[in-house]
Amino acid sequence: MLLVLALAVLAIPFVVPTVWMVAASLKPLPEIFALSPWTDQPTLAAYKEAFTFQPFARQYLNSVYIAVLVTLITLVVSALGGYAFARIRFPGANALFLVVLTGLLVPSEVTIVPLFQLFKRAGMINTHWPLILVTALAAPCVLATFIMRQFFIALPVELEEAARLDGLGRPGIWLRICLPLAKPALSAVAILTFLASWNLYLEPTVYLTSPELFTLPQALTRFTDAYGGQMWNTQLAAATMTVLPMLIVFVLAQRQFVEGLAHSGLK
Amino acid sequence: MSYWTIRRRDVLTGYMFVLPQVAGVALFVLLPVGMAIWYSLNDWNVFTGQQTFVGAENYAALAADPQLPKVLLATTLFSGGVVVLNIALGLLIAVLLNRKFRGVTLFRTLFFSPVVVSVVAWTLVWGFLLQDNGGINGLLSTVGIDGPNWLQHGDTAMISVIFTQVVRSVGVNMVLFLAALQGVPGELYEAARIDGASSRSVFGRITLPLISPTILLTVIVTIVGALQSFAQIAVLTAGGPELSTTVLVYYVFQQAFKFNDIGYGSTLALMLLSFVMVLTLLQWQLRRKWVFYEE
Repeated sequence: MLLVLALAVLAIPFVVPTVWMVAASLKPLPEIFALSPWTDQPTLAAYKEAFTFQPFARQYLNSVYIAVLVTLITLVVSALGGYAFARIRFPGANALFLVVLTGLLVPSEVTIVPLFQLFKRAGMINTHWPLILVTALAAPCVLATFIMRQFFIALPVELEEAARLDGLGRPGIWLRICLPLAKPALSAVAILTFLASWNLYLEPTVYLTSPELFTLPQALTRFTDAYGGQMWNTQLAAATMTVLPMLIVFVLAQRQFVEGLAHSGLK
Repeated sequence: MSYWTIRRRDVLTGYMFVLPQVAGVALFVLLPVGMAIWYSLNDWNVFTGQQTFVGAENYAALAADPQLPKVLLATTLFSGGVVVLNIALGLLIAVLLNRKFRGVTLFRTLFFSPVVVSVVAWTLVWGFLLQDNGGINGLLSTVGIDGPNWLQHGDTAMISVIFTQVVRSVGVNMVLFLAALQGVPGELYEAARIDGASSRSVFGRITLPLISPTILLTVIVTIVGALQSFAQIAVLTAGGPELSTTVLVYYVFQQAFKFNDIGYGSTLALMLLSFVMVLTLLQWQLRRKWVFYEE
């Protein structure tokens, strides 16, 4: 009982902000700083304003489509690379794997200065290309390739040999035998990558200038009035819309989330 | 088909399979690092974008930069604070959750949930709660404490960014510690109990030594994560007040993108890279040594 009490107290800073966010987003503006989570006049005005003040629907769509695209590309690239590094013997494989691992050593905050110049030269500033290309092929993807490699190394090789005797080539073995078995690793990679893309903040801040191209994290910080003051209720409403879908999916697929994200703690 | 035809085709397939990933790293990691080194040897005219080779001038500027000591102090305080609090809290929660009782999964879900919340959204909500008339001070006043204006003073701003960051990310370490705790063989605990060891000495002499590899690895990964915390700082304090929460990664961003000083910004970025690289290589080395502890 004492244990549960201690845990409940510890849990306060983990739970209260989210609950407070939702509660405050439903309050009329004058009550927003009131301590009581309850209001007699709940209102969706802040939610409406989020969509009129900025092209929020468009920004939401940007975040979703970029994250989906990045996840799909990463799944393919990492499943291909991870498989080859684990299973196929070719000259220079170890050296190439070391090259790939440098992607885990170098923070994106370091490469963004030169990358900005590169994308400027390519005419890709204020487009989604840098967000998609770099995220899908650099840091999170390298971690994904590493995870896939570890998975394929542990997979019994006999299954493939049987398929090979049946006349299946490498690509066929990869597609029909190995990928279906790799579902747990693929789902871990998908969750990890989706969240990495969904959370990007530095990159959109650096590359994007038009509000209709913004992604959600960037858009959330732009709900300020003409004097630079924060429009708290609109901001909290927008934050609620950003956070709740993710929390719901997390509660439904908790095991996959925890397993997938634990990888990010031990790369 | 002869063995050699199959073998050759296999080699070709291998190259094709790794090509996208290798090309991605070459183009978006290695090339930019090379460019950053080149940039750091050049001076960029802020207005015209004109580039002139200046050798080690930007590196000499590091020593002369009056702001850099403050930035490095903030970086040390932030990373140190995050790592100490994160490991202590993660370990505490993991130990409390490492037993069977009703509601244990619910608590695990609650402690992990901030990990899936967008960093910016999470930080914005804390920024709202940490306002002078915000929720934290409101709650404190109910127990008679007159809370400070958290984000407007150097010390309390630093405490705020550390705490916000730890609560959001400690769930990952909690899970890793739980896995490590469950890996401690039950017989050891039984033997200790028979010998009449107190629970404190069991924890100190059996549990801690056995999970120490996990602790050390999470310490390094947590520091590396803290060194890269950009969004938290940008959203909560924008490096202020004064320079009190301007950590290195935020300083790089300011120099390169706010003041357009690409040469000096790149030099600072390479400094950040060297910190992260040393720590990550250390982690890989330790991990290889202790790989038998995993799984």
